[in-house]
Amino acid sequence: MSPVLRLVLKRLGISLIVLIGVSMLIFAIARVIPGDPARIALGPNATPEQVETLRQRLHLDEPLPVQYGYFLADLARGDLGISLYTNRPVTADIAQFLPATLELILVAGAMMILIGLPLGILSARYRNTWIDGTVRVVSILGVSAPSFVWAVILMLLFAYFLPLFPIAGRIADSYSIPAVTGFLLVDTLIAGNLAAFGNALSHIVLPAFALALSGIGQAARLTRSNMVETYDRPYIEMARSYGFPERRIARRYAFKPSLIPSLTIIGLDFAAMLGNAFLVEAVFAWPGLSRYGVAVILRKDLNAIVGTVLIISALFLIVNIIVDLLIALINPRIRLSQRPA
Amino acid sequence: MRRTLAILAGNPLSALGVLLIALVVLSAIFADFIAPFPEHRGAVVDFVNFNKPPEWPYIFGTDLVGRDLFSRILYAYRISLILGVVVLAVAVPIGVTVGLVAGYFGGWTEAILMRITDVFLSIPPLVLAMSMMGLLEPTLTNGMLAVTAMWWPWYTRLVYNLTRAEKEEGYVLAAEVIGASKAHIIFREILPNCVPSILTKMTLDLGFVILIASSLSFLGLGVQPPTPDLGSMVAEGAKYLPDSWWLTVFPGLAILVAVFGFNLLGDALREIFGVDQ
Amino acid sequence: MTAPTLLIRDLHLGFKTYGGLVEVLHGISLHIGQGERVALVGESGSGKSVTARLVIGLLQMMRGARVSGLLQFEGRNLEKLSAAERHALRGTRMSMIFQDPTSSLNPIYTVGAQFQEVLRRAAPAIDRAAAMEKAARLLDEVLIPDPARVLASYPFQLSGGMNQRVMIAMALANEPSLLIADEPGTALDVTVQAQTLRLMRDVVERHGTSVLFISHNLGVVREFADRVYVIYKGRIVEQARTADLFENPRHPYTQALMRAIPRVTGGGLPEIEEESERFLEPLVVHEGCGEPGGMA
Repeated sequence: MSPVLRLVLKRLGISLIVLIGVSMLIFAIARVIPGDPARIALGPNATPEQVETLRQRLHLDEPLPVQYGYFLADLARGDLGISLYTNRPVTADIAQFLPATLELILVAGAMMILIGLPLGILSARYRNTWIDGTVRVVSILGVSAPSFVWAVILMLLFAYFLPLFPIAGRIADSYSIPAVTGFLLVDTLIAGNLAAFGNALSHIVLPAFALALSGIGQAARLTRSNMVETYDRPYIEMARSYGFPERRIARRYAFKPSLIPSLTIIGLDFAAMLGNAFLVEAVFAWPGLSRYGVAVILRKDLNAIVGTVLIISALFLIVNIIVDLLIALINPRIRLSQRPA
Repeated sequence: MRRTLAILAGNPLSALGVLLIALVVLSAIFADFIAPFPEHRGAVVDFVNFNKPPEWPYIFGTDLVGRDLFSRILYAYRISLILGVVVLAVAVPIGVTVGLVAGYFGGWTEAILMRITDVFLSIPPLVLAMSMMGLLEPTLTNGMLAVTAMWWPWYTRLVYNLTRAEKEEGYVLAAEVIGASKAHIIFREILPNCVPSILTKMTLDLGFVILIASSLSFLGLGVQPPTPDLGSMVAEGAKYLPDSWWLTVFPGLAILVAVFGFNLLGDALREIFGVDQ
Repeated sequence: MTAPTLLIRDLHLGFKTYGGLVEVLHGISLHIGQGERVALVGESGSGKSVTARLVIGLLQMMRGARVSGLLQFEGRNLEKLSAAERHALRGTRMSMIFQDPTSSLNPIYTVGAQFQEVLRRAAPAIDRAAAMEKAARLLDEVLIPDPARVLASYPFQLSGGMNQRVMIAMALANEPSLLIADEPGTALDVTVQAQTLRLMRDVVERHGTSVLFISHNLGVVREFADRVYVIYKGRIVEQARTADLFENPRHPYTQALMRAIPRVTGGGLPEIEEESERFLEPLVVHEGCGEPGGMA
């Protein structure tokens, strides 16, 4: 078995354990809190009998470990229960709302990498000049406001003040695009509707950028500091003493090794985006998991809360595995020793 | 100490950071004296002066029930800072202790403690706090509880890594050889060497706690009205964009100013102490 | 008479700091004839490493560095060359070996890939197969068994001694006329260090390469160098043939260094605790070891 494959399997195993831990944690939080979910779900007019029936149906009358057992058994069948808010299977709800959120996060992630890394490289190559100073201030500003503040400011500037982008939503109502992947940017292309694609693209720019800003700042800052550190390594001096071209040194000798620690943080930033998407979606009326999430949380809709948190954590763990894999591909030390260093 | 001050004063960005923090902290402490309308922090209604753009004496304008935004922002700073300090005061000792113990003892202790930490770290921070807040009653105390619950693992991970490195250092081995107690080694030998990293992180985090807390209240899962809160002020005002822009812009900038200040200072400390992120 | 490979005359180096200009080299002069092995010996901070970096041209890139004096390489004034001409010399006509072989090789590329990069400096169009063949030959010359395996390895997979040999082979790959060795192998353990130094000596002798050997370790210098310059606080204090210097050290500082030798050969840094006024006494030049052109 190749070391990389072994690494992936090992990380999958650990992630599964962590995911079970997450389910226990969120399950415990959800059940320990005061208030009867059945009563909340049925509203104040329900009879005690109705409440009791629902409690039994939800296994709320059983001890906590038994409830968790039921939950795990259902989970194994891919069943997260019924949402008391929408009266539909939680999995169906999530399947409906998740793609919009994922699309937003993926575009924001791409922005983070495509803007943040080059800024960091620029800053490191021209360190201690005005370029470096500017990038530094901009990136600290980026992480210094929650994404909803950026969302509001961007919306005010580029949707109202300079009406370059639409104010809210994913796509103009006039387009009807058959859902294939749930990603509008993909579905519009599948449908061959370029106008719709452009429209969806213009809708996603502002929310994605608002979401990406803090990640861009983080990525730029980190890439800079890692590269500056790498520039002090003996192998850079050696490369210079051999007269390798400075651009080649920047790319092959300084950037690639610095990418390894940067990638870890980029993984964490993706995680932060999974949470921050809630904020940005609220501002731009983005029809994603956010509105659903906030709604079910406010209604103490246990199944839906547990399901949403589990899915988000699973996504986060998947992102981390991908990051680990990328690191292994760059870093021969891990690739060859299959031990995460 | 003198060197520290010299560096802080010598770097314009760090100096700006100190200045911004001083501004925020002082306005929180002396809100009663600075605020033109101290009574507007509560449930006051003034329908004569509602929804006014910035004009004297309402330099940041008024909200939809006629309260002075500037006064409310000052009081919101006070609550944000109290929340930040309390959260760190609880989360840091817990996180640091768990990290020290896991890092020093290793073996099963380490495996169990660090897997638990991983569980907390693998729920995106905001999502964990949101779920807790939704399930608890949205009060200031519960807000602190929820943010604390998501914050301690970060210190565990930081201190755990530091401890593992320090454990191999000569001075720890020397202490072990002369038979010092484990508690002595952990708290008197290892901990002091982690302090620069912890302090730097705390400075940065004070800003981030304010940021997360405002995010919670922005979603309606934080401090409830009429208590002034920057996040809920932005949320409330966002419904009236772009006409009543001051309702969102000033509270939003207020968050930015505070967090920016702590970030600049944290960055400066990182350079002074020479610690990694 | 042909020009010496390296001629340094009255070299000054200062750094601009917040507190004004700090001078690190106070006018040093030295020369290295063709095929000659010359050591520059001193404590850390004496200015020997910055001298090496000035010759190869790395320090001039630093902002705040102020250089004056003559730096002549094979009869050409280095400071008069354009940046591009100077750059063209690096890795081809002159090359450098560093203190810690393992951390001086890039951790994420194989030895072979790095070798190819070095060979490209002299032959930009060299293809991978030709580069590997040449590299294998060079590795063979530094007595590396199984060169193919080493070329396919990453630096962290090889021992320090092995990496040191790789560095020596790389440094000589393009047949430079000057090799600068900055404390080579100090990071290695003593026996490995001695072995690789002996090897390096043999190889440079065979190639007729001139060497500027930077070291704090008189014991090592004795094994390696034809001539020695002793440097103290940015000044040369004594210069002599190696044998003469060891037989008859005349400058008080050199004498103090010699007394420290037993500790030095143990691999530690020579620590000469007492600082004596006498260490600042003027330069002592042994017979027949003056600088070309009669200048001391």
